[in-house]
Amino acid sequence: MLNYLRSFVFVSLVAILSTGCATQKPYDYSAFRAAHPASILIMPPKNNSLDVTASYAMLAQMTYPLAEAGYYVVPVALMDMAFKENGVSSGAEAQAIAPAKLREIFGADAALYTEITEYGVSYKIISSETAVAANSRLVDLRTGAILWSGKARASSAENQGGNNGGLAGLLIKAIADQVVNNLVDHTYTYAGITSQRLLTAGANGQLLYGPRSPYYGQLTPAMH
Amino acid sequence: MNGIYLMELIKSQKLGFAVSILIVVLSGCATKPPNMYSWGSYEPQVYAHFKSTASPEQQIAALEKNLPSSSNNISLPPGYHAHLGMLYGEVGRMDDMKKEFETEKTLFPESTPFMDFMLRKLNTKGAL
Repeated sequence: MLNYLRSFVFVSLVAILSTGCATQKPYDYSAFRAAHPASILIMPPKNNSLDVTASYAMLAQMTYPLAEAGYYVVPVALMDMAFKENGVSSGAEAQAIAPAKLREIFGADAALYTEITEYGVSYKIISSETAVAANSRLVDLRTGAILWSGKARASSAENQGGNNGGLAGLLIKAIADQVVNNLVDHTYTYAGITSQRLLTAGANGQLLYGPRSPYYGQLTPAMH
Repeated sequence: MNGIYLMELIKSQKLGFAVSILIVVLSGCATKPPNMYSWGSYEPQVYAHFKSTASPEQQIAALEKNLPSSSNNISLPPGYHAHLGMLYGEVGRMDDMKKEFETEKTLFPESTPFMDFMLRKLNTKGAL
């Protein structure tokens, strides 16, 4: 009986969540599909916020969605070290390096160029808002072609408003992370949600699945 | 498919799950598939490394907790072994570092150019 109830609740939840999906214009994946990258180099982000930790919080949490999407992701701390040892200390400097040079050192098929447009707490009259926003583009390091671009934002104000598409699930992971790791850095949590919204594969407009994913070649995790 | 038949099906949890998937498929909307990798504390440890909020020894201990063993069957994500190797390098455990870099290459052949780049640097400089 308990199993039956559990299944029923799950099925109902899925059904409710599914009805919230909007139809969109199909994203043009022709360049992405032709390039079929297997490995991604996450570049040091350009940070337009005032918080110097923004790049670190994003870098630490961008591997997860990309690896789960089926790509090999160049280890970010080693990437950062390699740039710094060669005198490249900012995201803007790193992002100006020629794709061919990046491919020679890191061996990745594609690089992800990210710009952080918002990071931290803004204090307003009635309440304060913690928000993180970023945009990324995926560039083929063999040809220089742009394969994909996208943007995402996550904000504490979403919890109070009606629009919380997907936030509940993301918060469960974020809160679990905080409990496990004793973190009390709220903006870091929103950086993680932004990163997942930006880089999770499996929907129109999002990244395509990579070769290591069981869903490689499919737009969504649907079984065929 | 009528309602009674559907309820019979979902009495078994496994079939219930299959039905859920079917509903998701039919509705054309995605839910989050299960994770491919066991992440342990990789993300917060990378953050701690960047912000220097923990010593390399503390970071190593946190990452070693999630290593695969004969009693579990976990797959670590891309970068985990390389990152641990880098931390070993920071505390002078060069053989352990090389071993982790080699493991990264074995698990993820895509990492070979960069891991070899780091190993060559080590051979010429004696340190990372």
